[in-house]
Amino acid sequence: MNHPLARKLAPAARLRDTTINLSHGSGGKAMRELIADVFVGNFDNPMLAAMEDQALLPLAGLAAGGDRLAFTTDTYVVHPLFFPGGDIGKLAVAGTVNDLAVCGARPLVLSCAVVLEEGLPVDTLRRVAASMQATALAAGVQIVTGDTKVVERGSADKLFVNTAGIGIVPAGLDIAARNARPGDVILVNGNLGDHGAAILVARNELALEAEIPSDCTPLYDLVRSMLAVCPHIHCLRDATRGGIATVLNEFAQASATCMRIHERALPLREEVKGACEILGLDPLYLANEGKLVAIVPREHADAVLAAMRAHPDGTAAAMIGEVCAAPAASVIMQTGFGGERVVDMLVGEQLPRIC
Amino acid sequence: MKFVDEFRDPEHARALAKEIAALAPRIARAQDRPLQIMEVCGGHTHSIFRYGIQQLLPDLVEFVHGPGCPVCVLPMGRVDDCVALALQPQVIFTTFGDAMRVPGSKLSLLKAKAEGADVRMVYSPLDALAIARDNPAREVIFFGLGFETTMPSTAMTLIAAKKQGIRNFSLFCNHITIIPTIKAILDSPDLHLDGFLGPGHVSMVIGTRPYRFIAEHYRKPIAIAGFEPLDVLHALWMVLKQLAEKRCEVENQYGRIVPPEGNRQALAAIAEVFELREYFEWRGLGSIDHSGVRVRASYADHDAERKFCIPNLKIADPKSCQCGEVLKGVLKPHQCKVFGTACTPETPIGSLMVSSEGACAAYYNYGRLGRTQVVDSSALTRPAQAARTEPGKLPA
Repeated sequence: MNHPLARKLAPAARLRDTTINLSHGSGGKAMRELIADVFVGNFDNPMLAAMEDQALLPLAGLAAGGDRLAFTTDTYVVHPLFFPGGDIGKLAVAGTVNDLAVCGARPLVLSCAVVLEEGLPVDTLRRVAASMQATALAAGVQIVTGDTKVVERGSADKLFVNTAGIGIVPAGLDIAARNARPGDVILVNGNLGDHGAAILVARNELALEAEIPSDCTPLYDLVRSMLAVCPHIHCLRDATRGGIATVLNEFAQASATCMRIHERALPLREEVKGACEILGLDPLYLANEGKLVAIVPREHADAVLAAMRAHPDGTAAAMIGEVCAAPAASVIMQTGFGGERVVDMLVGEQLPRIC
Repeated sequence: MKFVDEFRDPEHARALAKEIAALAPRIARAQDRPLQIMEVCGGHTHSIFRYGIQQLLPDLVEFVHGPGCPVCVLPMGRVDDCVALALQPQVIFTTFGDAMRVPGSKLSLLKAKAEGADVRMVYSPLDALAIARDNPAREVIFFGLGFETTMPSTAMTLIAAKKQGIRNFSLFCNHITIIPTIKAILDSPDLHLDGFLGPGHVSMVIGTRPYRFIAEHYRKPIAIAGFEPLDVLHALWMVLKQLAEKRCEVENQYGRIVPPEGNRQALAAIAEVFELREYFEWRGLGSIDHSGVRVRASYADHDAERKFCIPNLKIADPKSCQCGEVLKGVLKPHQCKVFGTACTPETPIGSLMVSSEGACAAYYNYGRLGRTQVVDSSALTRPAQAARTEPGKLPA
């Protein structure tokens, strides 16, 4: 609590309640105490500490960094709230930062809106806010505005978080799904499916004894080092829900090309492979929270791959396939076994098989 | 991954495919049509498509995808019964994951859940029993389905429920048995099968003897197969070798898992809890005698069919749906009138489009590459007929 206002509020307003109740969302004193303690205390920046209804971003500073604003929003609901390798707070910051980063934008500021279920321990919220701030610092962004709502017990599952983010896109970058060209290569920055598998194991419904940490992490710094060696990356997308299969299908459809991938080239943890074998799940569709798929002109592939591998968030980066002309708008995988199959968009959720 | 990668080795696959390619013309020439081998089990169907096995094979060898996907052969009326049970206010309805999306005449279990039913996905019937123990004021029903593969775990759970006196736990039994169904298929006049890949995990329970009638009475070769791609290719090679040498035997490719006598403990648990039904309705295949089991009277307290009022209505399959012909191997999935148009994984009309083991979903998801090349014109011109419902017999 370094900011003057936070200090001023702190002695009188340090929240004494240990659980959230409806008064914390009522707009009155209890809510103000909650915000001062949990959010202003953790996020610690002048724009938020001003406690106005909005954050003011000076235009001059923004315009110097590029020629377009990138703006995105995402809502985070996850059970359990804390899992190996992350928690809902880290997810909420990293996810929105990554949505900005994959168009090449430098992420600047985030908002944070929370929906709290009556009865949530305040300490849980403190831990989440601290995790958000730690992730924001690592990603070089500030959380500058927010909102708090409390709903009755049973109306929400403990804690929902929404973050919106603004970033600046440097002039000259054009990274979009429509840009994939036949001849390009397909890169990923590491092991696939870790987040999805981590959540499955953390829910403990399977009694699987494996420690699989989520890959949840902000990726802007990695993207920056990739763009430094090749500003002409054609497509970038973070492979969250639906996994890399979904991202590749989006690329294939938007650019009317065929994405051909090689099963043997896919980087996968042994534990994730094992969990998928047992449950009959396909790692191509498992969620990631720190993985991106990049479509890069072939002549720059080696340089980009080297840059990725030199970065801590890309040590296991791999080239997994190439872009072809036909059949347009499709994803085809050469199986490790020597056959070929279509990799389609997922319908609904992946459901474990009976036997 | 140890003990998995060895069974997916492309070198071995190519060698086997070469052997198969050498064998096939010798047999096929004598027959004047491609060889048709039915893989009975949905797990094999899934492997065939997932690994692209068909593409390694000569055009002279075709897989016919059999009825061994328990979700796929579940008739609509039974799904309606599940939904009716699940919608009762005191009930917690527990089910395996891939039964959630199977369409009933009005709702699937997934949609019933959205309507307010307490439907919970479990990974084992023992999880359902634990839910019953934790919720003594609620009635917990487990939706038991599957062949002999899943029957023992359901039986053991009922035995445990009785022993522990957990009276609020019951089973809605939809377990089915594979042998009478294979017999019904063999008696069906409108298809020509040259041999079978036998189900691996069913055989782990029942052993290899129950298949003898296929070889001895119907003179068709069969090889019980594992589920890794090399297992499937190896078993296929074994069947073709039998054909080439004019032998008809029950061979066991999956010896590392399947003992000839089966699993005695599992069979004892099945016999303790279940008895054969007179007949059971199969989606697309109609009623097949002695093809399902029900809970014995000694476990009546844990039998949802006795405890609850179940609508038990027979719902006809949608007219446009040709799941029956596909299940019998008379039509290939893409030859169905609604495949990929009205019937897709997003909006399944037939249950074969629902489960990832269903032939249609497997075709749709994995197999659309070059499928126009594998048209079986003889099947198209033959009129589709329902399977005969002559009594099947459980082997001794």
